[in-house]
Amino acid sequence: MELRLTVNGEVVSGAVEPRTLLVHFLRGHLGLTGTKVGCDTSSCGACTVLVDGRSAKSCTVLAVQVDGCEVTTIEGLAPDGRLHRVQEAFREHHALQCGYCTPGMIMAAVSLLREGRELDEGAVRRGLEGNLCRCTGYRGIVEAVLAVAGATAHGPAPADQA
Amino acid sequence: MIPAELAYERADSVEHAIALLGEHGDEAKVLAGGHSLVPLLRLRFARPSLLVDIGRIRELAGVSEEGGGLAIGPTTRYADLESSALVAERAPLLAAAAGEVGDPQVRHRGTVGGALAHGDPASDVAAALLALGATVALRGAGGERRLPLSDLFLGFLETAIAPDELLVGISVPPSAAPAEFAFEKFNRRAQDWAIVGCAVSGGPVPRVALVNMGTTPLRALAVEEALAGGASARDAAELAARGAEPPEDLNGTAEYRRHLARVLVRRALERALP
Ligand SMILES: Cc1cc2nc3c(=O)[nH]c(=O)nc-3n(C[C@H](O)[C@H](O)[C@H](O)COP(=O)(O)OP(=O)(O)OC[C@H]3O[C@@H](n4cnc5c(N)ncnc54)[C@H](O)[C@@H]3O)c2cc1C
Ligand code: FES
Ligand code: FES
Repeated sequence: MELRLTVNGEVVSGAVEPRTLLVHFLRGHLGLTGTKVGCDTSSCGACTVLVDGRSAKSCTVLAVQVDGCEVTTIEGLAPDGRLHRVQEAFREHHALQCGYCTPGMIMAAVSLLREGRELDEGAVRRGLEGNLCRCTGYRGIVEAVLAVAGATAHGPAPADQA
Repeated sequence: MIPAELAYERADSVEHAIALLGEHGDEAKVLAGGHSLVPLLRLRFARPSLLVDIGRIRELAGVSEEGGGLAIGPTTRYADLESSALVAERAPLLAAAAGEVGDPQVRHRGTVGGALAHGDPASDVAAALLALGATVALRGAGGERRLPLSDLFLGFLETAIAPDELLVGISVPPSAAPAEFAFEKFNRRAQDWAIVGCAVSGGPVPRVALVNMGTTPLRALAVEEALAGGASARDAAELAARGAEPPEDLNGTAEYRRHLARVLVRRALERALP
């Protein structure tokens, strides 16, 4: 089937089998290997991307389901090589070790921050429930997201980010 | 794993979807949010030859006012139930249950109609809608029929929806006291399904429903009768597991689930009822 969608701001098209999972379309067809696969049970969140601005597990969505939609992957956060402020915060707060969960964790965090709700520690932890990290113990991750949330609370976010 | 080969059609209207289902019989499967079906396809537990995607049919999504209650389109996503002002006002129990499903990613994609049509006894919103006294509308080539939600569930993952029928609407009747509600979910890890859960809606005739206490989502009728007869919340809750045949699995024995049901129903009743 012919697909046409926007990925990281660019229109892409291609033929896929209907059974193709979105994560395999992104990684295999488009070469966007920042998005990871970490489980076979829709549990880990390593495959998280944004579909029309909201987080989704790309291992649990068929590529044909997002025909015509707007998809953002981790690569789309730093198109010109300058880190997104959530990426900056992860670096600042030691929010990663092996890094395998990080792309999905960051996309889940970006989705949560885009909701524009006021966030405290509990809300950040609940907002990241769909993402598992085997290394960090989550502390740095939560601190990184809270730091960005605090920044938005004190001033408008840059228009091109989150 | 990846799904086996299959064909895919995106339906652009209810009629189109019903025609496709009629043509392909039980070889075809409806695809809504895909958050029950895609995992089954991946494991090849489900092997339909055709998916009929209803996710883009406009008229099937969204929440509106209906006779003082709510009309809910089946492809309304959990996240949109959670954030709907109308749901918050008229059926906050449903918003609370929707907010307990899985994790944000699941709630961004999964739909309320998909949850009901799947017939999973562990569905959070199915219990909430049972407690709210919801009815559902099914449409096939032969026309539309409406049934109480409790009649939709026939057995484990088995519903009254015929292979050529579509769940096209969910109605929640008006409530005299929508703010009298509680949803309790017990699990061990944040994103998990309920080991047991419980939904209570108050008002003159309180209704109580259970998550994961049998082969289908179910009402705790013994509790409801005891309350109607004037029993205290504490005494009524003792009957929470009466007649239930809860599953046994790695998360708990049937006896453990019966215990949880009594505890959760008591907590929910004490919170919900004045
Ligand atoms: C990681 C994960 C965690 C989850 N945790 C929970 C949880 O804690 N609690 C919970 O309640 N659920 C949970 N779920 C399940 C989730 O709620 C599903 O989204 C929901 O059960 C199915 O909705 P869907 O739109 O995704 O349906 P789909 O997967 O698209 O469809 C499910 C079934 O219903 C049929 N169907 C769908 N819509 C219709 C219709 N309108 N008419 C006729 N048939 C239809 C399909 O053919 C299919 O058989 C979880 C799912 C995942 C992946
Ligand atoms: S790969 Fe684990 S949730 Fe998608
Ligand atoms: S940093 Fe290794 S899994 Fe999270």
